Amino acid sequence: MMLLAVNVDLQTDATLQVDISDALSERDKVKFTVHTKSTLPNFKQNEFSVVRQHEEFIWLHDSFVENEEYAGYIIPPAPPRPDFDASREKLQKLGEGEGSMTKEEFTKMKQELEAEYLAIFKKTVAMHEVFLCRVAAHPVLRKDLNFHVFLEYNQDLSVRGKNKKERLEDFFKNVVKSADGVLVAGVKDVDDFFEHEKTFLLEYHNRVKEASAKSDRKIRSHKNAADDINRIASTLYTLGTQDSTDLCKFFLKVSELFEKTRKIEARVAADEDLKLADLLKYYLRESQAAKDLLYRRGRALVDYENANKALDKARAKNKDVLQAETTQQVCCQKFEKISESAKQELIDFKTRRVAAFRKNLVELAELELKHAKGNLQLLQSCLGVLKGDT
Amino acid sequence: MSCMRRFCHETQSHDSLHSCMCRRSVALLLLKMSEERDPAALSGSAQTEGEEDLFVSAMESPEAARLSAEDISPSSNGPRDDDPDDPDDLFAEATEEVSLDSPERQPILSDGPSPAITPVTISPRVDVFDRSPDLDEDEEENRDTFDIQISVSDPEKVGDGMNAYMVYKVMTKTSLSIFSRDEVCVKRRFSDFLGLHSKLASKYMHMGYIVPPAPEKSIVGMTKVKVGKEDLSSVEFVEKRRSALERYLLRTVKHPALLKDPDVLQFLESSELPRAVSTQALSGAGILRMVNKAADAVNKMTIKMNESDAWFEEKQQQFENLDVQLRKLHASVESLVCHRKELSVNTASFAKSAAMLGNSEDHTALSRALSQLAEVEEKIDQLHQDQSYADFYLISELLGDYVRLITAVKGVFDQRMKAWAKWQDAQVMLQRKREAEAKLQYASKPDKLQQATDEIREEIEEWEGKVQQGERDFEQISKNIRREVGRFEKDRVKDFRVVIIKYLESLVHTQQQLIKYWEAFLPEAKAIA
Repeated sequence: MMLLAVNVDLQTDATLQVDISDALSERDKVKFTVHTKSTLPNFKQNEFSVVRQHEEFIWLHDSFVENEEYAGYIIPPAPPRPDFDASREKLQKLGEGEGSMTKEEFTKMKQELEAEYLAIFKKTVAMHEVFLCRVAAHPVLRKDLNFHVFLEYNQDLSVRGKNKKERLEDFFKNVVKSADGVLVAGVKDVDDFFEHEKTFLLEYHNRVKEASAKSDRKIRSHKNAADDINRIASTLYTLGTQDSTDLCKFFLKVSELFEKTRKIEARVAADEDLKLADLLKYYLRESQAAKDLLYRRGRALVDYENANKALDKARAKNKDVLQAETTQQVCCQKFEKISESAKQELIDFKTRRVAAFRKNLVELAELELKHAKGNLQLLQSCLGVLKGDT
Repeated sequence: MSCMRRFCHETQSHDSLHSCMCRRSVALLLLKMSEERDPAALSGSAQTEGEEDLFVSAMESPEAARLSAEDISPSSNGPRDDDPDDPDDLFAEATEEVSLDSPERQPILSDGPSPAITPVTISPRVDVFDRSPDLDEDEEENRDTFDIQISVSDPEKVGDGMNAYMVYKVMTKTSLSIFSRDEVCVKRRFSDFLGLHSKLASKYMHMGYIVPPAPEKSIVGMTKVKVGKEDLSSVEFVEKRRSALERYLLRTVKHPALLKDPDVLQFLESSELPRAVSTQALSGAGILRMVNKAADAVNKMTIKMNESDAWFEEKQQQFENLDVQLRKLHASVESLVCHRKELSVNTASFAKSAAMLGNSEDHTALSRALSQLAEVEEKIDQLHQDQSYADFYLISELLGDYVRLITAVKGVFDQRMKAWAKWQDAQVMLQRKREAEAKLQYASKPDKLQQATDEIREEIEEWEGKVQQGERDFEQISKNIRREVGRFEKDRVKDFRVVIIKYLESLVHTQQQLIKYWEAFLPEAKAIA
């Protein structure tokens, strides 16, 4: 299952298991069936399912982010919105161009596009599932009330998507946050561990972003080349049926070969997409979540330092000292709490990351080998037939 | 036509009968048909290889396909004008028309001269000489002794600015006797090649010979080179052109008639070649060419030929279909070349980003594995690039050549239509003259009658001659085309087979390299602890 691509060390915990058992794609939305098995007393039953849409996942994620209690944790990144636009556009273009190609070509391309649609669909299911599993595996987040409501409440959560005003607010919040983030990042941390993590994450995040974009482009070129081979195979087939010389058998054999190798090439591109591109995309989001954690800690540190300065001032002026002392206490506690959990979170992040990369790189290499060997065998056997056929 | 000599003066031997006969008949036909040809070229062009005259006979024959050493379609003429003085002439007693239905047939391909064999008969040789043109043993033998190598190399830029041009070294290595030396090297420029093609086309196309087309001009490509841009695209352009010129020359000399053509020989051998100015697009000759092309196109639409020979109709349809499919295939392959180049570039770019990621990764083992991944991807990018060159130079260029060749083939079919039209027109004129003659009886005054009658009689004779000539020309061009198409198809089969096998081998190599690279990487990935 694709979910295991990034969730390598989530133990199958009998107390709470979550998965997406089914999904339905309607015109402009996807309905996920979230299935839970749990021995926890919080739930009314041991096993149950609800239907959720993408917006409800986002609501859950945002509720984590906005919860001060969770400031010291890496919030599992929200799954990206299901995006079938590109695929739908291609299907539409195919429909329009139906007249310009032969029936076989049309059927073939239609099958291709349908397979692509299915692949995108499977991916979006996997990404939503990964999110839920990460939450379920987190010792603190799994106890979250909203999460339980999400899992159990079998009515529509009536979570409306953010309206324009709210989206604009979010946009400004992000701008402020990134500006702030720059300021906070500039503050040198006393703690070596966090200082190192900050530098590391900043660079790592950018590098992953670039690698992810480049790998997407590479895979797209690969798919384009496979499409060309598809068309070549079709034309060779037509040539083979029309040719009056000995070449007809030749063309038919080569057409057959290209049909098969094309399928393999398409699978290579798909596997690279799954094992490499998706991995990079996921860690792009995770590294952002880790950065967010560091930002929150940094913010807390700045608040704490400010509170200290305010306390000193208050003491000097002997005015509102108690208030200043309380504020300072609160800030101190907050900061220390975050620091403590953040350290563990970041260490876990590294462990997860290394394991995920290892698993995926190994699987990628194994799949590439499998496909190359398959391709080679097809080519060699065809060559044998063609050469012997002189 | 004069007598058909048994003893062949060209090969100085008692060659197989049919080959000599046809050579001579072709020679005389050429003499009558060509107007623009200079006498010097005659001896060269007359030497078509007789072996290639073995081809299918007319399809009206209800029996199995027959050998036709001579042209034995019912409407053609067999050997005529026997020379009774020549003791060696085998056809001394031959009947004028060789009918397919004649029951007495005996093999004509006997070894050694035997002037006593009469009457001349031809037996049906179903097993060897059936409809597919690629079973000609004698022709095969000749092919194997076809010993000539041509290379086009060392492109050099001569001159500066817009007057600059590229000069290529053309080297010919051969043991054939028609060449004056075993090895000869000359310098030629692109317009020289175009000039050669232009001459060959004007000499041979109207006879039904498929003259290989020259590579296309490219104003954009050449301008870049002239301007002096030393970038990758102009280097690639020159290489593409060099390769195309080489293929053009090889195809031209593969044609047995063209190989012996004096223009070809001059092109390959003589150090100085008069500049072919008429190949420029905007020259007077260029404009004339365009006008002629337009006129031809119009004529093609108006000529409605009664095709009595289903072979031609079938072949034309086949070539039409082939044209469509090859163009489609060519377009797809060009797209593949483009996408593979893109893939190579994107893989290289990804490799770099993976290396950077590996650098910033703080887990040592993972960092090393990512660097290794970057290296693998870099090697793979090179593989993709090499593969795209193979895609291009092997397949795409071959397809491009054949698309142009098929245009030449279609042109030759058009020439046949023109010959038919000319023949029909002559018949119409003859008819008119005859009608005019008939009218004369009632029309003129008695004193002018004799003169007018004489005049009209002369004209009638003239047009009778033209009708016969037209018919002969039409038969000849039909015969030539049959032979040419046979040769063309044979070459096509060989070319495609060879190229496709080479291409598949290149694909095999790519996969083998891929396996090597990933096998080296796998333990690195597994070593991530």
